[in-house]
Amino acid sequence: MLQILLGAISLGLIWAILTIGVYITFRILDIADMTVEGSIAMGAAIAATSISNGMSPYMATFLALLGGMAAGFVTGFLHTKLKIPALLAGILTMISLYSINLLIMGKANLSLLRMNTVYTPLENLGLSTTNAVMLFAFLSVLIISGIIYWFFGTEIGCAIRATGNNSQMARAQGINTNNMITLGLVISNGLVALCGALIAQSQSFADVQMGIGSIVIGLASVIIGEVIFGKRNFLNCLISLVLGAITYRIIIALVLKMGMPANDLKLFTAITVAIALSLPVFKSYLRPIKRSIKGGDL
Amino acid sequence: MLTIKEITKIFNEGTVNENIALSNFSLTLEEGDFVTVIGGNGAGKSTLLNCVAGVYGINQGSILIGERDVTKLPEYKRAEVIGRVFQDPMKGTVADMGIEENLALAYRRGKFRGLGWGISNKERQIYKNYLSHLELGLEDRLSDKVGLLSGGQRQALTLLMATLKKPRLLLLDEHTAALDPKTAEKVLKLSDQFVKDGNLTTLMVTHNMRHAIEHGNRLIMMHEGKVILDIKGKEKKDLTVENLLKRFGQASGEEFANDRALLS
Repeated sequence: MLQILLGAISLGLIWAILTIGVYITFRILDIADMTVEGSIAMGAAIAATSISNGMSPYMATFLALLGGMAAGFVTGFLHTKLKIPALLAGILTMISLYSINLLIMGKANLSLLRMNTVYTPLENLGLSTTNAVMLFAFLSVLIISGIIYWFFGTEIGCAIRATGNNSQMARAQGINTNNMITLGLVISNGLVALCGALIAQSQSFADVQMGIGSIVIGLASVIIGEVIFGKRNFLNCLISLVLGAITYRIIIALVLKMGMPANDLKLFTAITVAIALSLPVFKSYLRPIKRSIKGGDL
Repeated sequence: MLTIKEITKIFNEGTVNENIALSNFSLTLEEGDFVTVIGGNGAGKSTLLNCVAGVYGINQGSILIGERDVTKLPEYKRAEVIGRVFQDPMKGTVADMGIEENLALAYRRGKFRGLGWGISNKERQIYKNYLSHLELGLEDRLSDKVGLLSGGQRQALTLLMATLKKPRLLLLDEHTAALDPKTAEKVLKLSDQFVKDGNLTTLMVTHNMRHAIEHGNRLIMMHEGKVILDIKGKEKKDLTVENLLKRFGQASGEEFANDRALLS
Protein backbone atom coordinates (compact mmCIF):
# COMPACT_ATOMS: atom_id res chain seq x y z
CA MET A 1 0.00 0.00 0.00
CA LEU A 2 2.80 2.40 0.88
CA GLN A 3 4.49 1.57 -2.41
CA ILE A 4 1.28 2.41 -4.28
CA LEU A 5 0.98 5.70 -2.42
CA LEU A 6 4.59 6.66 -3.08
CA GLY A 7 4.21 5.75 -6.73
CA ALA A 8 1.09 7.92 -6.95
CA ILE A 9 2.85 10.85 -5.32
CA SER A 10 5.85 10.71 -7.64
CA LEU A 11 3.61 10.42 -10.70
CA GLY A 12 1.45 13.25 -9.34
CA LEU A 13 4.51 15.48 -8.94
CA ILE A 14 5.45 14.99 -12.61
CA TRP A 15 1.85 15.62 -13.73
CA ALA A 16 1.81 18.75 -11.58
CA ILE A 17 3.97 20.36 -14.28
CA LEU A 18 1.26 19.65 -16.87
CA THR A 19 -1.36 20.87 -14.41
CA ILE A 20 0.40 24.23 -14.12
CA GLY A 21 0.46 24.40 -17.92
CA VAL A 22 -3.25 23.62 -18.17
CA TYR A 23 -3.98 26.19 -15.45
CA ILE A 24 -2.25 28.91 -17.50
CA THR A 25 -4.51 28.35 -20.50
CA PHE A 26 -7.71 27.25 -18.78
CA ARG A 27 -7.81 29.69 -15.87
CA ILE A 28 -5.52 32.58 -16.75
CA LEU A 29 -6.22 32.82 -20.50
CA ASP A 30 -9.72 31.34 -20.27
CA ILE A 31 -9.06 28.95 -23.18
CA ALA A 32 -9.54 25.17 -23.24
CA ASP A 33 -6.35 24.30 -25.09
CA MET A 34 -6.49 20.89 -26.79
CA THR A 35 -2.89 21.23 -27.97
CA VAL A 36 -1.94 19.66 -24.64
CA GLU A 37 -2.85 16.17 -25.90
CA GLY A 38 -0.33 16.49 -28.72
CA SER A 39 2.40 18.41 -26.95
CA ILE A 40 2.70 15.97 -24.04
CA ALA A 41 3.33 13.12 -26.51
CA MET A 42 5.63 15.40 -28.46
CA GLY A 43 7.72 16.06 -25.36
CA ALA A 44 7.97 12.31 -24.77
CA ALA A 45 8.80 11.64 -28.43
CA ILE A 46 11.52 14.27 -28.61
CA ALA A 47 13.11 13.20 -25.32
CA ALA A 48 13.00 9.47 -26.12
CA THR A 49 14.34 9.88 -29.65
CA SER A 50 17.12 12.22 -28.54
CA ILE A 51 18.17 10.00 -25.63
CA SER A 52 18.18 6.83 -27.71
CA ASN A 53 20.36 8.67 -30.21
CA GLY A 54 22.91 9.22 -27.47
CA MET A 55 22.05 12.78 -26.42
CA SER A 56 22.40 13.84 -22.79
CA PRO A 57 19.02 13.38 -21.06
CA TYR A 58 19.10 16.98 -19.80
CA MET A 59 19.65 18.34 -23.29
CA ALA A 60 16.92 15.98 -24.57
CA THR A 61 14.48 17.24 -21.92
CA PHE A 62 15.31 20.83 -22.81
CA LEU A 63 14.67 20.09 -26.49
CA ALA A 64 11.29 18.64 -25.53
CA LEU A 65 10.47 21.92 -23.75
CA LEU A 66 11.34 23.87 -26.89
CA GLY A 67 9.25 21.50 -29.03
CA GLY A 68 6.22 22.06 -26.83
CA MET A 69 6.70 25.82 -26.99
CA ALA A 70 6.73 25.61 -30.79
CA ALA A 71 3.47 23.64 -30.70
CA GLY A 72 1.94 26.32 -28.47
CA PHE A 73 3.12 28.98 -30.87
CA VAL A 74 1.40 27.24 -33.80
CA THR A 75 -1.91 27.12 -31.88
CA GLY A 76 -1.46 30.77 -30.93
CA PHE A 77 -0.80 31.70 -34.55
CA LEU A 78 -3.84 29.78 -35.81
CA HIS A 79 -6.05 31.40 -33.17
CA THR A 80 -4.86 35.01 -33.07
CA LYS A 81 -3.62 35.64 -36.62
CA LEU A 82 -5.82 33.31 -38.66
CA LYS A 83 -8.82 33.88 -36.34
CA ILE A 84 -9.63 30.18 -35.90
CA PRO A 85 -11.59 29.61 -32.66
CA ALA A 86 -9.24 28.60 -29.85
CA LEU A 87 -10.73 25.15 -29.33
CA LEU A 88 -10.49 24.28 -33.02
CA ALA A 89 -6.99 25.75 -33.34
CA GLY A 90 -5.89 23.46 -30.49
CA ILE A 91 -7.52 20.43 -32.08
CA LEU A 92 -5.80 21.15 -35.42
CA THR A 93 -2.38 21.36 -33.77
CA MET A 94 -3.11 18.27 -31.70
CA ILE A 95 -4.02 16.19 -34.76
CA SER A 96 -1.03 17.38 -36.76
CA LEU A 97 1.24 16.59 -33.81
CA TYR A 98 0.08 12.97 -33.98
CA SER A 99 1.73 12.65 -37.40
CA ILE A 100 4.69 14.79 -36.39
CA ASN A 101 5.33 12.63 -33.32
CA LEU A 102 5.32 9.51 -35.52
CA LEU A 103 7.83 11.24 -37.79
CA ILE A 104 10.03 12.15 -34.80
CA MET A 105 10.07 8.63 -33.37
CA GLY A 106 9.86 6.76 -36.66
CA LYS A 107 7.46 4.28 -35.05
CA ALA A 108 4.53 4.25 -32.64
CA ASN A 109 6.59 3.68 -29.48
CA LEU A 110 10.16 3.79 -28.34
CA SER A 111 11.75 2.05 -25.35
CA LEU A 112 14.24 3.74 -23.06
CA LEU A 113 15.14 0.65 -21.04
CA ARG A 114 18.69 0.57 -19.70
CA MET A 115 19.38 4.04 -21.00
CA ASN A 116 20.51 7.03 -18.99
CA THR A 117 17.70 9.37 -17.99
CA VAL A 118 17.53 12.54 -15.91
CA TYR A 119 16.84 10.28 -12.92
CA THR A 120 19.97 8.11 -13.36
CA PRO A 121 22.37 10.30 -11.31
CA LEU A 122 19.97 10.17 -8.33
CA GLU A 123 19.59 6.41 -8.69
CA ASN A 124 23.38 6.14 -8.72
CA LEU A 125 23.34 7.83 -5.30
CA GLY A 126 21.46 4.80 -4.03
CA LEU A 127 17.84 5.95 -4.30
CA SER A 128 15.18 3.57 -5.59
CA THR A 129 13.67 4.49 -8.96
CA THR A 130 10.43 5.72 -7.38
CA ASN A 131 12.31 7.88 -4.89
CA ALA A 132 14.64 9.24 -7.55
CA VAL A 133 11.67 10.24 -9.71
CA MET A 134 9.93 11.73 -6.70
CA LEU A 135 12.95 13.82 -5.68
CA PHE A 136 13.69 15.01 -9.21
CA ALA A 137 10.04 15.84 -9.91
CA PHE A 138 9.71 17.63 -6.57
CA LEU A 139 12.73 19.83 -7.29
CA SER A 140 11.48 20.51 -10.83
CA VAL A 141 8.02 21.49 -9.60
CA LEU A 142 9.57 23.74 -6.96
CA ILE A 143 11.74 25.57 -9.49
CA ILE A 144 8.96 25.80 -12.11
CA SER A 145 6.42 27.09 -9.58
CA GLY A 146 8.95 29.69 -8.46
CA ILE A 147 9.55 30.88 -12.01
CA ILE A 148 5.83 30.93 -12.84
CA TYR A 149 5.05 32.84 -9.62
CA TRP A 150 7.70 35.41 -10.46
CA PHE A 151 6.70 35.65 -14.13
CA PHE A 152 3.02 36.37 -13.52
CA GLY A 153 4.01 39.17 -11.18
CA THR A 154 6.03 40.96 -13.86
CA GLU A 155 4.69 43.62 -16.19
CA ILE A 156 4.30 41.18 -19.04
CA GLY A 157 2.81 38.51 -16.76
CA CYS A 158 0.23 41.02 -15.49
CA ALA A 159 -0.56 41.88 -19.11
CA ILE A 160 -1.28 38.19 -19.83
CA ARG A 161 -3.57 37.97 -16.79
CA ALA A 162 -5.42 41.11 -17.83
CA THR A 163 -5.83 39.72 -21.36
CA GLY A 164 -7.41 36.52 -20.10
CA ASN A 165 -9.73 38.32 -17.73
CA ASN A 166 -10.85 41.29 -19.82
CA SER A 167 -9.33 41.54 -23.28
CA GLN A 168 -11.18 44.74 -24.16
CA MET A 169 -9.72 46.51 -21.13
CA ALA A 170 -6.30 45.08 -21.94
CA ARG A 171 -6.37 46.54 -25.44
CA ALA A 172 -7.60 49.87 -24.10
CA GLN A 173 -4.50 49.88 -21.87
CA GLY A 174 -2.25 49.34 -24.87
CA ILE A 175 -1.70 45.61 -24.45
CA ASN A 176 -1.23 43.56 -27.62
CA THR A 177 -3.70 40.85 -26.61
CA ASN A 178 -2.88 38.59 -29.59
CA ASN A 179 0.76 38.38 -28.56
CA MET A 180 -0.18 37.79 -24.91
CA ILE A 181 -2.47 34.88 -25.81
CA THR A 182 0.25 33.35 -27.98
CA LEU A 183 2.85 33.81 -25.26
CA GLY A 184 0.57 32.12 -22.72
CA LEU A 185 0.05 29.16 -25.08
CA VAL A 186 3.82 28.92 -25.68
CA ILE A 187 4.62 28.79 -21.96
CA SER A 188 1.79 26.38 -21.23
CA ASN A 189 2.69 23.87 -23.94
CA GLY A 190 6.38 24.13 -23.10
CA LEU A 191 5.54 22.95 -19.58
CA VAL A 192 3.26 20.21 -20.90
CA ALA A 193 5.99 18.86 -23.22
CA LEU A 194 8.49 19.01 -20.35
CA CYS A 195 6.04 16.91 -18.34
CA GLY A 196 5.82 14.47 -21.27
CA ALA A 197 9.61 14.16 -21.41
CA LEU A 198 9.81 13.42 -17.67
CA ILE A 199 6.98 10.85 -17.89
CA ALA A 200 8.64 9.03 -20.80
CA GLN A 201 11.89 8.82 -18.85
CA SER A 202 10.22 7.63 -15.65
CA GLN A 203 8.21 4.88 -17.40
CA SER A 204 11.11 4.09 -19.81
CA PHE A 205 9.11 4.42 -22.99
CA ALA A 206 7.38 6.95 -25.18
CA ASP A 207 4.15 6.20 -26.97
CA VAL A 208 2.44 8.26 -29.64
CA GLN A 209 -0.92 7.54 -27.94
CA MET A 210 0.10 8.70 -24.49
CA GLY A 211 -1.51 12.11 -24.80
CA ILE A 212 -5.08 10.85 -25.03
CA GLY A 213 -7.11 12.21 -22.15
CA SER A 214 -4.26 14.30 -20.73
CA ILE A 215 -6.22 17.56 -20.99
CA VAL A 216 -8.99 16.01 -18.91
CA ILE A 217 -6.50 14.77 -16.32
CA GLY A 218 -5.04 18.29 -16.22
CA LEU A 219 -8.48 19.85 -15.74
CA ALA A 220 -9.39 17.30 -13.07
CA SER A 221 -6.20 18.14 -11.19
CA VAL A 222 -6.83 21.89 -11.46
CA ILE A 223 -10.39 21.55 -10.17
CA ILE A 224 -9.59 19.07 -7.39
CA GLY A 225 -6.76 21.36 -6.27
CA GLU A 226 -8.93 24.48 -6.25
CA VAL A 227 -11.85 22.83 -4.48
CA ILE A 228 -9.85 21.06 -1.76
CA PHE A 229 -6.87 23.35 -1.25
CA GLY A 230 -8.31 26.77 -2.12
CA LYS A 231 -7.45 29.62 -4.49
CA ARG A 232 -7.08 32.65 -2.25
CA ASN A 233 -4.09 34.09 -4.08
CA PHE A 234 -1.69 33.05 -6.81
CA LEU A 235 0.76 31.33 -4.46
CA ASN A 236 -2.10 29.41 -2.89
CA CYS A 237 -3.28 28.49 -6.40
CA LEU A 238 0.11 27.10 -7.42
CA ILE A 239 0.34 24.98 -4.27
CA SER A 240 -3.24 23.79 -4.86
CA LEU A 241 -2.36 22.76 -8.42
CA VAL A 242 0.53 20.58 -7.26
CA LEU A 243 -1.50 19.05 -4.44
CA GLY A 244 -4.44 18.60 -6.81
CA ALA A 245 -2.32 16.67 -9.30
CA ILE A 246 -1.04 14.42 -6.48
CA THR A 247 -4.54 13.94 -5.05
CA TYR A 248 -5.84 12.95 -8.48
CA ARG A 249 -3.13 10.28 -8.76
CA ILE A 250 -3.87 8.98 -5.27
CA ILE A 251 -7.60 8.76 -6.05
CA ILE A 252 -6.86 6.86 -9.26
CA ALA A 253 -4.45 4.53 -7.45
CA LEU A 254 -7.09 3.85 -4.79
CA VAL A 255 -9.96 3.13 -7.19
CA LEU A 256 -7.70 0.80 -9.17
CA LYS A 257 -6.70 -0.91 -5.94
CA MET A 258 -10.38 -1.28 -5.08
CA GLY A 259 -10.82 -3.27 -8.27
CA MET A 260 -11.98 -0.83 -10.94
CA PRO A 261 -10.83 -2.09 -14.37
CA ALA A 262 -8.07 0.14 -15.80
CA ASN A 263 -10.06 0.47 -19.02
CA ASP A 264 -12.75 2.44 -17.17
CA LEU A 265 -10.27 5.05 -15.94
CA LYS A 266 -10.88 7.64 -18.65
CA LEU A 267 -14.65 7.37 -18.22
CA PHE A 268 -14.21 7.81 -14.47
CA THR A 269 -12.01 10.89 -14.95
CA ALA A 270 -14.34 12.46 -17.51
CA ILE A 271 -17.35 12.01 -15.21
CA THR A 272 -15.42 13.51 -12.30
CA VAL A 273 -14.51 16.58 -14.37
CA ALA A 274 -18.05 16.93 -15.75
CA ILE A 275 -19.48 16.89 -12.23
CA ALA A 276 -16.89 19.32 -10.91
CA LEU A 277 -17.42 21.77 -13.79
CA SER A 278 -21.20 21.64 -13.40
CA LEU A 279 -21.11 22.32 -9.65
CA PRO A 280 -22.06 26.01 -10.12
CA VAL A 281 -25.24 24.93 -11.96
CA PHE A 282 -26.19 22.52 -9.19
CA LYS A 283 -25.48 25.20 -6.62
CA SER A 284 -27.81 27.65 -8.35
CA TYR A 285 -30.55 25.00 -8.33
CA LEU A 286 -29.97 24.38 -4.67
CA ARG A 287 -29.91 28.03 -3.66
CA PRO A 288 -33.68 28.69 -3.84
CA ILE A 289 -34.28 25.51 -1.85
CA LYS A 290 -31.79 26.61 0.76
CA ARG A 291 -33.44 30.02 0.93
CA SER A 292 -36.88 28.56 1.40
CA ILE A 293 -35.57 26.32 4.17
CA LYS A 294 -33.94 29.23 5.95
CA GLY A 295 -37.03 31.33 5.28
CA GLY A 296 -35.02 34.51 4.85
CA ASP A 297 -32.99 36.39 2.34
CA LEU A 298 -29.36 35.53 1.93
CA MET B 1 -5.99 67.68 -31.88
CA LEU B 2 -8.45 65.17 -33.33
CA THR B 3 -9.24 65.35 -37.02
CA ILE B 4 -11.87 63.03 -38.43
CA LYS B 5 -11.93 63.39 -42.20
CA GLU B 6 -14.93 62.16 -44.15
CA ILE B 7 -15.11 58.75 -42.58
CA THR B 8 -17.66 56.14 -43.58
CA LYS B 9 -18.44 53.06 -41.55
CA ILE B 10 -20.70 50.38 -42.99
CA PHE B 11 -21.60 47.27 -41.02
CA ASN B 12 -22.24 44.00 -42.89
CA GLU B 13 -21.39 45.60 -46.21
CA GLY B 14 -22.88 43.82 -49.17
CA THR B 15 -25.41 41.81 -47.19
CA VAL B 16 -29.11 42.29 -46.54
CA ASN B 17 -28.19 43.57 -43.10
CA GLU B 18 -26.07 46.36 -44.51
CA ASN B 19 -26.12 49.32 -42.15
CA ILE B 20 -24.43 52.63 -42.84
CA ALA B 21 -23.56 53.83 -39.35
CA LEU B 22 -21.46 56.81 -40.38
CA SER B 23 -21.46 58.43 -43.79
CA ASN B 24 -18.90 61.03 -44.81
CA PHE B 25 -18.56 62.09 -41.21
CA SER B 26 -16.13 64.91 -40.40
CA LEU B 27 -15.26 66.50 -37.09
CA THR B 28 -12.31 68.49 -35.79
CA LEU B 29 -11.48 68.97 -32.13
CA GLU B 30 -9.10 71.67 -30.92
CA GLU B 31 -6.65 71.08 -28.09
CA GLY B 32 -8.58 71.18 -24.80
CA ASP B 33 -12.02 70.91 -26.39
CA PHE B 34 -14.59 69.04 -24.31
CA VAL B 35 -17.24 67.94 -26.77
CA THR B 36 -20.46 66.24 -25.73
CA VAL B 37 -22.14 64.04 -28.33
CA ILE B 38 -25.87 63.43 -28.15
CA GLY B 39 -28.36 61.69 -30.38
CA GLY B 40 -31.02 59.01 -30.47
CA ASN B 41 -30.45 55.28 -30.62
CA GLY B 42 -28.64 54.25 -33.76
CA ALA B 43 -27.41 57.77 -34.47
CA GLY B 44 -23.85 56.48 -34.67
CA LYS B 45 -22.46 57.98 -31.45
CA SER B 46 -20.87 54.85 -30.08
CA THR B 47 -19.76 53.77 -33.54
CA LEU B 48 -17.96 57.09 -33.84
CA LEU B 49 -16.09 56.56 -30.59
CA ASN B 50 -15.25 52.96 -31.46
CA CYS B 51 -13.90 54.04 -34.86
CA VAL B 52 -11.70 56.66 -33.21
CA ALA B 53 -10.49 54.13 -30.62
CA GLY B 54 -9.74 51.56 -33.31
CA VAL B 55 -12.24 48.93 -32.20
CA TYR B 56 -13.71 49.04 -35.71
CA GLY B 57 -11.82 49.67 -38.90
CA ILE B 58 -13.44 52.25 -41.20
CA ASN B 59 -14.45 51.87 -44.83
CA GLN B 60 -13.34 55.31 -45.97
CA GLY B 61 -11.70 58.47 -44.74
CA SER B 62 -8.96 59.08 -42.22
CA ILE B 63 -8.49 59.82 -38.52
CA LEU B 64 -5.62 61.95 -37.19
CA ILE B 65 -4.64 62.46 -33.59
CA GLY B 66 -2.44 65.54 -33.51
CA GLU B 67 -0.39 65.22 -36.69
CA ARG B 68 -0.36 61.43 -36.60
CA ASP B 69 -2.54 59.41 -38.94
CA VAL B 70 -3.92 56.55 -36.85
CA THR B 71 -6.41 55.22 -39.42
CA LYS B 72 -4.52 51.97 -39.90
CA LEU B 73 -3.22 51.50 -36.36
CA PRO B 74 -4.69 48.65 -34.29
CA GLU B 75 -6.66 49.42 -31.14
CA TYR B 76 -3.84 48.59 -28.71
CA LYS B 77 -1.41 50.94 -30.50
CA ARG B 78 -3.88 53.84 -30.48
CA ALA B 79 -4.30 53.25 -26.76
CA GLU B 80 -0.87 54.88 -26.32
CA VAL B 81 -2.56 58.26 -26.78
CA ILE B 82 -6.22 57.51 -25.98
CA GLY B 83 -7.85 57.07 -22.58
CA ARG B 84 -11.24 55.36 -22.55
CA VAL B 85 -14.15 54.79 -20.21
CA PHE B 86 -16.90 52.40 -21.30
CA GLN B 87 -20.63 52.33 -20.67
CA ASP B 88 -20.41 48.99 -18.87
CA PRO B 89 -18.56 49.47 -15.56
CA MET B 90 -17.34 45.84 -15.82
CA LYS B 91 -15.46 46.52 -19.05
CA GLY B 92 -12.91 49.09 -17.95
CA THR B 93 -11.21 47.11 -15.21
CA VAL B 94 -9.99 43.59 -14.51
CA ALA B 95 -12.27 42.12 -11.84
CA ASP B 96 -9.84 39.42 -10.70
CA MET B 97 -6.94 41.80 -10.13
CA GLY B 98 -6.37 44.24 -7.30
CA ILE B 99 -7.07 47.98 -7.47
CA GLU B 100 -3.33 48.69 -7.47
CA GLU B 101 -2.69 46.06 -10.15
CA ASN B 102 -5.33 47.64 -12.38
CA LEU B 103 -3.77 51.05 -11.88
CA ALA B 104 -0.33 49.59 -12.61
CA LEU B 105 -1.63 48.23 -15.92
CA ALA B 106 -2.92 51.68 -16.80
CA TYR B 107 0.31 53.35 -15.61
CA ARG B 108 2.16 51.34 -18.28
CA ARG B 109 -0.15 52.28 -21.13
CA GLY B 110 2.03 53.09 -24.12
CA LYS B 111 5.19 51.80 -22.46
CA PHE B 112 7.10 48.61 -23.21
CA ARG B 113 6.12 45.85 -20.80
CA GLY B 114 9.12 43.78 -19.77
CA LEU B 115 10.17 41.49 -16.95
CA GLY B 116 10.32 44.19 -14.29
CA TRP B 117 7.89 43.87 -11.39
CA GLY B 118 4.31 44.57 -12.40
CA ILE B 119 4.04 47.15 -9.63
CA SER B 120 6.59 48.95 -7.43
CA ASN B 121 6.33 50.38 -3.93
CA LYS B 122 6.99 53.86 -5.25
CA GLU B 123 3.95 53.57 -7.51
CA ARG B 124 1.75 52.48 -4.61
CA GLN B 125 2.29 55.86 -2.95
CA ILE B 126 1.36 57.64 -6.18
CA TYR B 127 -1.81 55.57 -6.54
CA LYS B 128 -2.77 56.14 -2.93
CA ASN B 129 -2.53 59.84 -3.49
CA TYR B 130 -4.61 59.78 -6.68
CA LEU B 131 -7.23 57.46 -5.16
CA SER B 132 -7.71 59.79 -2.18
CA HIS B 133 -8.84 62.50 -4.65
CA LEU B 134 -11.76 60.27 -5.67
CA GLU B 135 -13.03 60.47 -2.08
CA LEU B 136 -14.37 56.94 -2.19
CA GLY B 137 -12.10 55.47 0.46
CA LEU B 138 -10.34 53.34 -2.13
CA GLU B 139 -6.91 54.54 -1.00
CA ASP B 140 -7.08 52.15 1.95
CA ARG B 141 -8.12 49.18 -0.19
CA LEU B 142 -5.21 49.07 -2.66
CA SER B 143 -4.95 45.29 -2.78
CA ASP B 144 -8.70 44.58 -2.81
CA LYS B 145 -9.95 42.86 -5.95
CA VAL B 146 -11.80 45.27 -8.25
CA GLY B 147 -14.64 42.74 -8.50
CA LEU B 148 -15.57 43.73 -4.94
CA LEU B 149 -16.28 47.34 -5.91
CA SER B 150 -19.63 48.84 -6.86
CA GLY B 151 -20.38 50.00 -10.41
CA GLY B 152 -19.82 53.64 -9.50
CA GLN B 153 -16.53 52.90 -7.77
CA ARG B 154 -15.37 50.87 -10.74
CA GLN B 155 -16.32 53.66 -13.13
CA ALA B 156 -14.45 56.23 -11.04
CA LEU B 157 -11.44 53.92 -10.99
CA THR B 158 -11.64 53.45 -14.78
CA LEU B 159 -11.74 57.22 -15.15
CA LEU B 160 -8.61 57.53 -13.02
CA MET B 161 -6.95 54.78 -15.07
CA ALA B 162 -7.85 56.49 -18.35
CA THR B 163 -6.15 59.69 -17.23
CA LEU B 164 -3.30 58.29 -15.11
CA LYS B 165 -0.96 58.52 -18.10
CA LYS B 166 -2.13 61.79 -19.61
CA PRO B 167 -3.93 60.86 -22.84
CA ARG B 168 -4.00 63.16 -25.87
CA LEU B 169 -7.65 62.21 -26.24
CA LEU B 170 -10.20 61.04 -23.69
CA LEU B 171 -13.20 59.04 -24.91
CA LEU B 172 -16.18 58.69 -22.57
CA ASP B 173 -18.81 56.35 -24.02
CA GLU B 174 -22.02 56.89 -22.03
CA HIS B 175 -19.92 56.19 -18.99
CA THR B 176 -22.65 57.13 -16.53
CA ALA B 177 -25.60 55.47 -18.27
CA ALA B 178 -25.42 52.31 -16.16
CA LEU B 179 -25.20 54.17 -12.84
CA ASP B 180 -27.92 55.44 -10.51
CA PRO B 181 -28.53 59.22 -10.82
CA LYS B 182 -26.62 60.17 -7.68
CA THR B 183 -23.56 58.12 -8.58
CA ALA B 184 -23.79 59.36 -12.16
CA GLU B 185 -23.58 62.98 -10.93
CA LYS B 186 -20.55 62.14 -8.83
CA VAL B 187 -18.74 60.39 -11.70
CA LEU B 188 -19.59 63.29 -14.01
CA LYS B 189 -18.21 65.74 -11.49
CA LEU B 190 -15.01 63.71 -11.36
CA SER B 191 -14.88 63.63 -15.16
CA ASP B 192 -15.15 67.43 -15.28
CA GLN B 193 -12.42 67.72 -12.69
CA PHE B 194 -10.03 65.35 -14.50
CA VAL B 195 -10.64 67.07 -17.84
CA LYS B 196 -10.05 70.50 -16.32
CA ASP B 197 -6.96 69.51 -14.33
CA GLY B 198 -5.32 67.82 -17.31
CA ASN B 199 -6.72 70.20 -19.96
CA LEU B 200 -7.75 67.03 -21.78
CA THR B 201 -9.28 66.95 -25.24
CA THR B 202 -12.46 64.97 -24.62
CA LEU B 203 -15.28 63.38 -26.54
CA MET B 204 -18.20 62.39 -24.30
CA VAL B 205 -21.18 60.47 -25.64
CA THR B 206 -24.35 60.75 -23.57
CA HIS B 207 -28.04 59.99 -23.81
CA ASN B 208 -28.83 62.68 -21.31
CA MET B 209 -29.59 66.12 -22.77
CA ARG B 210 -29.05 67.91 -19.50
CA HIS B 211 -25.61 66.34 -19.10
CA ALA B 212 -24.76 67.21 -22.69
CA ILE B 213 -25.72 70.83 -22.05
CA GLU B 214 -24.12 71.22 -18.62
CA HIS B 215 -20.77 69.72 -19.47
CA GLY B 216 -18.12 70.65 -22.00
CA ASN B 217 -17.63 73.67 -24.23
CA ARG B 218 -19.18 72.27 -27.39
CA LEU B 219 -22.16 70.07 -28.16
CA ILE B 220 -22.79 68.07 -31.29
CA MET B 221 -25.99 66.26 -32.05
CA MET B 222 -25.91 63.25 -34.33
CA HIS B 223 -28.69 61.80 -36.43
CA GLU B 224 -28.40 58.88 -38.85
CA GLY B 225 -24.63 59.01 -38.94
CA LYS B 226 -24.33 62.76 -39.49
CA VAL B 227 -23.78 65.87 -37.39
CA ILE B 228 -27.03 67.85 -37.48
CA LEU B 229 -26.22 70.39 -34.77
CA ASP B 230 -22.90 71.85 -33.67
CA ILE B 231 -23.19 74.35 -30.83
CA LYS B 232 -20.23 76.06 -29.17
CA GLY B 233 -19.17 78.95 -26.98
CA LYS B 234 -21.78 81.34 -25.59
CA GLU B 235 -24.57 79.74 -27.57
CA LYS B 236 -23.79 76.46 -25.83
CA LYS B 237 -23.79 78.15 -22.42
CA ASP B 238 -27.26 79.56 -22.95
CA LEU B 239 -28.70 76.31 -24.25
CA THR B 240 -31.71 74.71 -22.54
CA VAL B 241 -33.20 71.23 -22.99
CA GLU B 242 -36.35 72.73 -24.56
CA ASN B 243 -34.37 74.82 -26.94
CA LEU B 244 -32.22 71.84 -27.91
CA LEU B 245 -35.30 69.68 -28.60
CA LYS B 246 -36.76 72.37 -30.81
CA ARG B 247 -33.57 72.75 -32.77
CA PHE B 248 -33.35 68.98 -33.17
CA GLY B 249 -36.82 68.99 -34.70
CA GLN B 250 -35.89 71.77 -37.11
CA ALA B 251 -32.62 70.12 -38.12
CA SER B 252 -33.86 66.59 -38.59
CA GLY B 253 -37.52 67.08 -39.41
CA GLU B 254 -38.40 64.51 -36.74
CA GLU B 255 -39.37 64.40 -33.11
CA PHE B 256 -36.57 63.49 -30.77
CA ALA B 257 -37.77 60.01 -29.95
CA ASN B 258 -35.88 58.85 -26.94
CA ASP B 259 -37.61 58.52 -23.60
CA ARG B 260 -34.38 58.03 -21.76
CA ALA B 261 -32.99 61.34 -22.98
CA LEU B 262 -36.21 63.26 -22.32
CA LEU B 263 -37.04 62.00 -18.89
CA SER B 264 -33.64 62.51 -17.33
